[in-house]
Amino acid sequence: MARPIINVPAKARRGQVIEIKTLVSHVMETGYRHTETGERVPRDIITEFVCVYNDEEIFRATLSPAVAANPFITFHTLATESGKLTFRWTGDNGFSETGTATIEVE
Amino acid sequence: MRTIPATRRDVLTGATALGAATLLRLETAQATPASLEAAIRDVVGEAPLKEGRVKLAIPPLVENGNTVPLDVEVDSLMTAADHVRTIHVFNEKNPQPNVISVKLGPRAGRARFTTRFRLADTQTVVAVAELSDGTFHTARANVIVTIAACVEELG
Repeated sequence: MARPIINVPAKARRGQVIEIKTLVSHVMETGYRHTETGERVPRDIITEFVCVYNDEEIFRATLSPAVAANPFITFHTLATESGKLTFRWTGDNGFSETGTATIEVE
Repeated sequence: MRTIPATRRDVLTGATALGAATLLRLETAQATPASLEAAIRDVVGEAPLKEGRVKLAIPPLVENGNTVPLDVEVDSLMTAADHVRTIHVFNEKNPQPNVISVKLGPRAGRARFTTRFRLADTQTVVAVAELSDGTFHTARANVIVTIAACVEELG
């Protein structure tokens, strides 16, 4: 599977509001579509996305089938200290994907 | 051989139940204004919804309902004493009324997020923000969709 794409500024000033952009590849099958023979295609979506900044949860999203394929989510956080951001997507059929980014705060 | 007794009443009762079940299925197959309101009430309870402070940006005319840009921003200082706790987005006519719910805090610095979502039809989208003082603020947007998502068959 393709790695998630994560965009976090490499450097930031302490107290600066930074924008974080994330994209993970996933079909986000709604469970409402049918094949040509009329069979329902089972639901297969990402249900949860969490971002943790140095062991502190800073953002969480609960997704429904209405979120488009390859979920793209952007959000903001305060650059408080240098360290690591961890991103985790979980979903149906045991789906789990993680990504990390580092930030240097001056 | 034993036969199952089937009176006219049994048949009629059965037919009514079947009819009701069919109706119920039709109701659950699409989020309606009623299910939209129910989904919002699930989040806010009996609390009043205030207009304003929430900015919901969606293109008013969307060609492809499969990927619609969504941008929600809440006017908030995002301090420990005054911040946005959660933002929820709902729709009126998709199979389900929920779109996405996000949890924020004073650490966010700015109460804004964007994503891309699906719209099955021309409809109203609603954003609801819960603030740290326990109040709920809301905004609505009407979107016209040319090509609907969700309902198409697989090729």
